[in-house]
Amino acid sequence: MSIGHTLLGLLESGPRHGYDLKRAFDEQFGHDRPLHYGQVYSTMSRLLKNGLVVVDGIEAGDGPERKRYAITDAGITDVQQWLATPEKPEPYLQSTLYTKVVLALLTRRDAADVLDTQRSEHLRSMRVLTERKRRGDLADQLICDHALFHLEADLRWLELTAARLDKLREAVTR
Amino acid sequence: MTPPAGSLLSAEQLRKAYGPTLALDGAEFSIHPGEVVAVMGPSGSGKSTLLHCLAGIVTPDSGTIMYGGRELSAMSDAERSALRRSDFGFVFQFGQLVPELTCVENVALPLRLNGTSRKEAERAALTWMERLEVDDLRKKRPGEVSGGQGQRVAVARSLVTKPRVLFADEPTGALDSLNGERVMELLTDAARSTDAAVVLVTHEARVAAYSDREVVVRDGRSRNMERAV
Amino acid sequence: MSLSTGERPRALPTGPVPDGGRSRTRRVAADLAMGVRFAFTGGREGWTRAVLTAVGVGLGVALLLLTTALPNALEVRHERETARTDITYVDERLPKADDTLVVANVGSDFRDDSIRGRALEPEGPRAPLPPGVERFPAKGEMVVSPALKELLASDSGALLRERLPDRIVGTIGESGLIGSGELAFYQGAEGLAPHIEGGRIVRIDGYGDPNPTSERSDPVLLLLILVIFVVLLMPVVVFIAAAVRFGGERRDRRLAALRLVGSDSGMTRRIAAGEALAGALLGLVFGAGFFMAGRQLAGTAVVFDISVFPSYLNPSPLLALLVAVAVPTAAVLVTLLALRGVVIEPLGVVRAGRPPRRRLWWRLLLPLAGLAMLYPMIGAGRDNGDFNQYLVTGGVVLVLVGVTALLPWVVETVVARLGAGGVAWQLAVRRLQMSSGTAARMVNGIAVAVAGAIALQMLFAGAEGDYTRSTGQDVTWAQMEVTLPSAVPVSSAAAGKLRDTRGVNEVYDYSEGHLGDRALDPEATTTLTVGGCAALREIADLPSCADGDVFAVHGAEWDTGVDMAKLAAPGRKLYLDPSYEGSPKSLEIPWTVPRDVKAAKPRRGLLAGIDRGGVLLTPKAAPDTLAPALEGHAYLRLDESVPDVHDRVRNTVAAVDPLASTVTWTETERTGRFDAVRTGLFVGAACVLALIGASLLVSQLEQLRERKKLLSALVAFGTRRRTLSLSVLWQTAIPVALGLLLASVVGLTLGAVLLKMTATPVRVDWTGVLAMAGIGAAVVLVVTLLSLPPLLRLMRPEGLRTE
Repeated sequence: MSIGHTLLGLLESGPRHGYDLKRAFDEQFGHDRPLHYGQVYSTMSRLLKNGLVVVDGIEAGDGPERKRYAITDAGITDVQQWLATPEKPEPYLQSTLYTKVVLALLTRRDAADVLDTQRSEHLRSMRVLTERKRRGDLADQLICDHALFHLEADLRWLELTAARLDKLREAVTR
Repeated sequence: MTPPAGSLLSAEQLRKAYGPTLALDGAEFSIHPGEVVAVMGPSGSGKSTLLHCLAGIVTPDSGTIMYGGRELSAMSDAERSALRRSDFGFVFQFGQLVPELTCVENVALPLRLNGTSRKEAERAALTWMERLEVDDLRKKRPGEVSGGQGQRVAVARSLVTKPRVLFADEPTGALDSLNGERVMELLTDAARSTDAAVVLVTHEARVAAYSDREVVVRDGRSRNMERAV
Repeated sequence: MSLSTGERPRALPTGPVPDGGRSRTRRVAADLAMGVRFAFTGGREGWTRAVLTAVGVGLGVALLLLTTALPNALEVRHERETARTDITYVDERLPKADDTLVVANVGSDFRDDSIRGRALEPEGPRAPLPPGVERFPAKGEMVVSPALKELLASDSGALLRERLPDRIVGTIGESGLIGSGELAFYQGAEGLAPHIEGGRIVRIDGYGDPNPTSERSDPVLLLLILVIFVVLLMPVVVFIAAAVRFGGERRDRRLAALRLVGSDSGMTRRIAAGEALAGALLGLVFGAGFFMAGRQLAGTAVVFDISVFPSYLNPSPLLALLVAVAVPTAAVLVTLLALRGVVIEPLGVVRAGRPPRRRLWWRLLLPLAGLAMLYPMIGAGRDNGDFNQYLVTGGVVLVLVGVTALLPWVVETVVARLGAGGVAWQLAVRRLQMSSGTAARMVNGIAVAVAGAIALQMLFAGAEGDYTRSTGQDVTWAQMEVTLPSAVPVSSAAAGKLRDTRGVNEVYDYSEGHLGDRALDPEATTTLTVGGCAALREIADLPSCADGDVFAVHGAEWDTGVDMAKLAAPGRKLYLDPSYEGSPKSLEIPWTVPRDVKAAKPRRGLLAGIDRGGVLLTPKAAPDTLAPALEGHAYLRLDESVPDVHDRVRNTVAAVDPLASTVTWTETERTGRFDAVRTGLFVGAACVLALIGASLLVSQLEQLRERKKLLSALVAFGTRRRTLSLSVLWQTAIPVALGLLLASVVGLTLGAVLLKMTATPVRVDWTGVLAMAGIGAAVVLVVTLLSLPPLLRLMRPEGLRTE
């Protein structure tokens, strides 16, 4: 999961202070793993260096959390690209997908697109596996089936999420 | 927009409403000979309606459907029926085999509807039943065979007329995964061997994995995922 | 099981205490009630089924009630008839008194209806009033029955009004009539007394037949009535049996669902029984309604020339109670019987295996047993045919039930052999092969109705031939005979009036009397006929004729057993109107055969094709002394193309002499009543068939709806609508055709046996058979046509949508 893209995405709705970013991140994505300030600081400085964000203002006091960041046009493009690129189908990528969906919703992008793109990618993998299965021996079939069932589970989650996008949008933009 | 070059069956701007519910709202579709296209989407999204329109079972309220250079939506009911008999094949989820007829009679039925003699039709039917590994069921009635066997009989029936387009609506919906996959394998193999195009409506990813590409229908709009690489 | 709990052993301390009888009864009642509820809560379809069942049961109940009421109705009629009897053939003559009344029969015919008419002349203040009449009409007045009043007031009755011009001063009450449709009148008269003679004009001091005879009803008529009721009731019974199975599959599924939530098999059976009970009970209510309506309707119907008042039709309470108990019981039993082969499991219905192949032998046994019951009565005929009602009913019922037993076997056997054909044919045949029982059950009603109707039809045709036996009258010579009372010999004036009547071409008039060789108890008798030469030549071959001649006809069939040479020997003294021992003295007018009596040969001709023997006198040869014993007879040759020519003649005759009577000659005596019965039979059969058609339609639609998905799938791969419609047609037509075929065979057999019972030559009424088969075919066609719109609707692709 890319914390940089996530923080960038969070900035799309408007400039935020570092502490504000961390709180927003924790609220939306960090249910079990809250961000450390250090992580925010290092990520933001990398983004600054790459020109994806600029410092919009500094509040009185010390520390990175006092800086207010704003996203640049390059930053927005970067987020867009990240969202449009499907993840490589592999187990346990829900957290990334989830982040993408939420971020798409937060930035008023089409979250269904994210899901469709991902499904397409998953299907491509599944086609390959299915083809291998058809040609292979029993061992191949069993191995491929294992992978296929996992991918199918992902896809089911995708479908379910797609069906619940409206509810999710309500929840995250509240 | 013109249909993609070389497409056998294509549809543009399909719109179809059942009473107040809009089943299709500007759907597009196209398929090449020998291609297997999965139509996916949540239930109620309009997948089946798209299939029914493409097969000429239902006429869309607006939009055009082209098949082999002819406009399907402009044909009369009788012409479309004749086309379905000669050029299209169908597999549904269930309720499609005539319970009173034996399996071989069921498979021979589309040929007989086309006027083929009973003997000849049943001979052709038996060939296809062999290919789908159900020739031993020829004398049985649908009520006496298992779901997977019945579905294979149905696939044999859909292929017996050597259709150019095979429409399959949730063909494995009532089957367990092993039977479902076997049916899909046989179906796609048979279709590829005759260069038939397959329009496969399914909500199951592992069934869709037998396709060459998928089209997603959501809220009556279709999305071709081919170019999303 | 006893309902009291006290009798059970009390020491059952451990284990579950069995349910007390009381709670068990309550549970049974609860189950039945649940079934009753289900019968009416199936939505529109449930209602349709319940109402259809109820209509079927109701019609059956109404017919049953009518059957039970009919004997009572006939008895009441008979009582009324007896109570108003005035003219009896009793020879003792009453003297005039202040309580006597002279009654003359002035009845007449109008078109094909006969009219009971009486002329009344009270001879004192205590003269008896006829039943239903409040006061005696004066001369020139009459009281009439409501039906006659209506007829006289109508346009078609104008001609009759000419004949009965008296002022209508009242109507005859119900107590004086034997039916609502009876045409009857009482008119006032004067000067009847001098005309009193045996059969037409009598003096009475009261009504009623002094020697009431228990009228033995015609056994053939009784047979007809029995068979009619059996024939009309049987299909209704079969229909009820089929009706309580309506929606069987749906019900089975519902019962399966009940099993799933925990009801045991006994409970489900009780619930099913409750459903059947509901239909039957509603049917009883419908039946009572139909019966009441039918009773009113019966007041306007005329069958067998018989009409009844609604009040006659009161079923005996005991029989009505029997119907009320038997019908629901039967409905429940049929349901339980139908469920016998079915195991209702929580997850569905299991038919107890593949039903075994139907066997023929016991099915054949039923009709054969029926025929065996009828066999002993074969050849009994009308004269000694005291048909045993139970044997007749039982036999006919068994034969007809045999149809319902044989049909499933026939359908199964034939359908199993039906082979190749088009797709539509194949679909239909295969479907029938799968469920020939259902198909046969639906057609059973039609088959029974048609078989019975054909048998009845034959019986009618035969009985009709019997009843309309040739009268021997050759109507090419003359078509009407007018008889004038003795005191009025046919005067030239009367003959002239008849001749002037429109439509009368020729009038031959004679005076006739009864001639015997002795004044008292003559041994040889013949007829004495007075007429002009021209008229006499019409009835005998005369060598020559001049006024004053007398002829004796030799060798006429008319005088079989009489030696004319001896009887009419010249100079022999004969007596006109001789007397007989035990009867009042007649006129006994002596007449001597003249010396110059000429011999004549008989001639067939004018008198309706028969010859005429006896002694023929030209007017000058007949002394005036003979006149009182002579009766005027005029034979009319008519132009029958003139409308109402018969009634015109009757009118003329009534104007000449109200006491004169007319007879219309026909080649065959057609008793119109069979037409009425035949029409009734057709209507009844058509109604029964329509009812069965309705049930066929319902089950057809139910079947189609169950196949909605399949139909849509068939359409998807391009099946023509025509193919599917045709297959629906075949599916109905094949079993119906088989049913009709079997029905024809059984019907013809039964008809032949019944005809043999009445000792009538067996003749097949093919038009009747064809008509019945035609009605059956029409039912198929209508059912198919009516099921087409829903079929086409079901074939719409919307059926493919799973949502």
